[in-house]
Amino acid sequence: MNNSKTAWFKTFYNQIRSLLTLSRGGKERFTEKLFLSISLLPVLLIVLLVVALWLRTQPILETQSIWSLLLGQTWHPIKSQFGFLPFIAGTMWVTIVAMVFAVPVCLLSAIYLSEYARASMRMIMKPLLDLLAAIPSVVYGVWGMLAIVPWVQNTFAPFMNKCFSYIPFFAVNNPTGFGIMAGGLVLAVMVAPFIIAITYEVLQAVPTGLRQASLAVGATQWETIKYIVMRQSLPGVIAGVVLGASRALGETMAVLMVVGNVAHMPTSIFDAAYPLPALIANNYGEMLTIPLYDAALMGAALILLLVVLVFNILSTLILRRIVRRSRR
Amino acid sequence: MDSHVQTIDLNAFYGNTAALKNVNLEFPKRQITVIMGPSGCGKTTLLKTINRFLELTDGTRISGKVLIDGENIYAPNVDVTEIRKKAGLLAQRPYPLPMSIYDNVAYGLRIHNMKRGHDLDNAVEHHLREAGLWDEVKDRLRSPATGLSIGQQQRLCLARGLAVEPEMLLGDEPTSALDPISAQRIEQRLLDLKNEYTIVLVTHILRQAKRLADYVVFMYLGEVVECGPAQQVFENPQQERTRAYLEGQF
Amino acid sequence: MKRRQVEEAIFKFIMVCSFLLVASSLGLILFTVIVKGLPSLNWAMLTQTPKGGYYLGKEGGILNAIVGSIYLAGGGTLLALLLGLPIALYLGVYSRKSRISDWVRLSLDVLWGVPSIVYGAFGFILMLAMGMRASLLGGIITLALLELPIMTRAMDEVIRMMPRDLEQASLALGATRMETAIHVVIRQTLPGIITAILLAFGRGIGDAASVLFTAGYTDRLPSGLLRPVASLPLAVFFQLGTPFPEVQQRAYSAALVLTFIVLIISLGSRWLSSRLSRFALK
Repeated sequence: MNNSKTAWFKTFYNQIRSLLTLSRGGKERFTEKLFLSISLLPVLLIVLLVVALWLRTQPILETQSIWSLLLGQTWHPIKSQFGFLPFIAGTMWVTIVAMVFAVPVCLLSAIYLSEYARASMRMIMKPLLDLLAAIPSVVYGVWGMLAIVPWVQNTFAPFMNKCFSYIPFFAVNNPTGFGIMAGGLVLAVMVAPFIIAITYEVLQAVPTGLRQASLAVGATQWETIKYIVMRQSLPGVIAGVVLGASRALGETMAVLMVVGNVAHMPTSIFDAAYPLPALIANNYGEMLTIPLYDAALMGAALILLLVVLVFNILSTLILRRIVRRSRR
Repeated sequence: MDSHVQTIDLNAFYGNTAALKNVNLEFPKRQITVIMGPSGCGKTTLLKTINRFLELTDGTRISGKVLIDGENIYAPNVDVTEIRKKAGLLAQRPYPLPMSIYDNVAYGLRIHNMKRGHDLDNAVEHHLREAGLWDEVKDRLRSPATGLSIGQQQRLCLARGLAVEPEMLLGDEPTSALDPISAQRIEQRLLDLKNEYTIVLVTHILRQAKRLADYVVFMYLGEVVECGPAQQVFENPQQERTRAYLEGQF
Repeated sequence: MKRRQVEEAIFKFIMVCSFLLVASSLGLILFTVIVKGLPSLNWAMLTQTPKGGYYLGKEGGILNAIVGSIYLAGGGTLLALLLGLPIALYLGVYSRKSRISDWVRLSLDVLWGVPSIVYGAFGFILMLAMGMRASLLGGIITLALLELPIMTRAMDEVIRMMPRDLEQASLALGATRMETAIHVVIRQTLPGIITAILLAFGRGIGDAASVLFTAGYTDRLPSGLLRPVASLPLAVFFQLGTPFPEVQQRAYSAALVLTFIVLIISLGSRWLSSRLSRFALK
């Protein structure tokens, strides 16, 4: 025992010594190998994330089929009933509402900045978007509770109730203001800098010559944008929106604080909802005390991860092709 | 000489640098005027003042007048799109719009609401013939324009420019990205078209200038050094700098 | 004016409005947080740890959370830098365009989009596997994973922007690539590297979902790598969860402190990089 320990120490010592006395070429080869192996960490990390969550989800998959988990509507951890559907639906509702608000505003802002704004305006934009992106999600949550929730409760919901209550989609059954609408609005502001930045890049990648070709036949600038720039940059814009959506669906704290957290199937944009990230964050404390609860929550994280991975890989590949084409 | 475009005391600036200095020129109607000179002399800038493209670049400024048929295109209340419609543009590189061959030619017609239905089909065919492209693309009008060879793309751009029935054509080194055979085709088209259009061509290829020009403008450092009928300028230049350029000393 | 011009004018107006909406939401957020947070912000809050009954509205402050957050984000950033700088140098100096660097960049981009709650869950699994409890170390490891892609991609972009001739000049003088990386690339891109580090630090200090699982919470100042540690975002979150208005007031103040720190970092990195870039060769 002791002997093997000293032997191990000796080899280790010799390794270090030989490293220090290496020639320049030897050091070069060593650092290259070292840097290469560190560089493979991110690739490994993605695999590890999936595998680790998968292994921790296994116990629950052994007792229930994947479909009964994904499509089940009852959430009763103590009775070992884990139906994810209300949470998946909640995630989708909040994300869709957020995108409905964010996408038009962000697209128009990005078009304005890329096509119409002067250089000085663009100089202001960059730090402004950076600041907006830098604000922590808890602060967005606080803002949501202080500003958005009361506004939904006192102004927006009553207004919609008065005008559109016959559409079930807009029915107000929840007088608190905490719900999908508030969550969606907060999320929309959160993902805005992100979507604007990507869309702006994509629009800038459209060659100037193409714009000029359209202007040269007497098109107005808006017609050029509408028929040429948008058409050319559509794949990139979609990729940017998808990236924004994947941001929105993984966002935890800000949504958790304003969305109401009621595990049911929402039917109106003013209902409370309980998205997946909020589920995980709210229950981590007790998850080790109830059997299979931890496996269920890790399963929720796995669902999130897989959806986000698919979204991100696809849109990153599209965006990369666009940027590469424009750099050439 | 019947002048079509005229510049009066035209100055152009990028920021504080003057790119054109007191340019007074006349471009004759239905003739090919070639603007030549070493790179950075302001040829392209001059061309861009004629279709008001210069203002697309941030920080550019213009003083003086550009008259088309006697009307100042820099006067307030002038509709820029009308000016640009009057002057077709052939850029250094072809930029086919991201749509089909047919739609490329029809683009301007649709925007200006000039033709529709069967008339549109006829117009597209007519202008593709005018650009010498019809026979090569008549069976694939609906396929994307980016599938054409670069030489065909440039002729498509020519057809697209002709479709809105302009009065003149502006060429900014339109053959510089093309292979010799495609370039020759474009040159031939320009010679054919000069009976109907006023053509202003920027080039740095001396032989091309000699092949095409009726009138020549020689520029250097933002100033017009010499201008006049092609034969006169090429064979008997009045200015020392023109002679030096023609002898290849730049 | 013709119909076409009218249409353009209308859309341009809508665009300006959209942009102003986005810009004003930043103003609105800052305004709300300042107005709500300022009244109960005082010196004691910044310099004391919670006393008994703090969460009922009694004496104390959030020093534990401020210090804890700085430890967490500082440690996480340091660890991320330790891994991120070699990766960025490998991508920028050793293997600019290869299949490997393509894969590495793609995986970094993808990791950048992974929700922090997933990192939190993963960190939690790691800690269980290592037999650790919620602790400063656990938080640091999780934050490092979260910050790694942000920092590395930012540094990678800066290194890629660097003129290649400079690097080739160094190689031509007979320097090895490692020597080039250290003496030329790092020095030349230092402002960008510092910006990347601050960007990652800012992201780390504001993240709540990942430390929720892994760092725990305590009313004491951080006392060891294996002990739980408080953090500002969670201080905001927990205090908001109490039913007492006084405590909720303090949550707003904590949010103000957090916002202030993050904005200072964001603006500071901008200022610093513009100052430092004067020393780089042009």
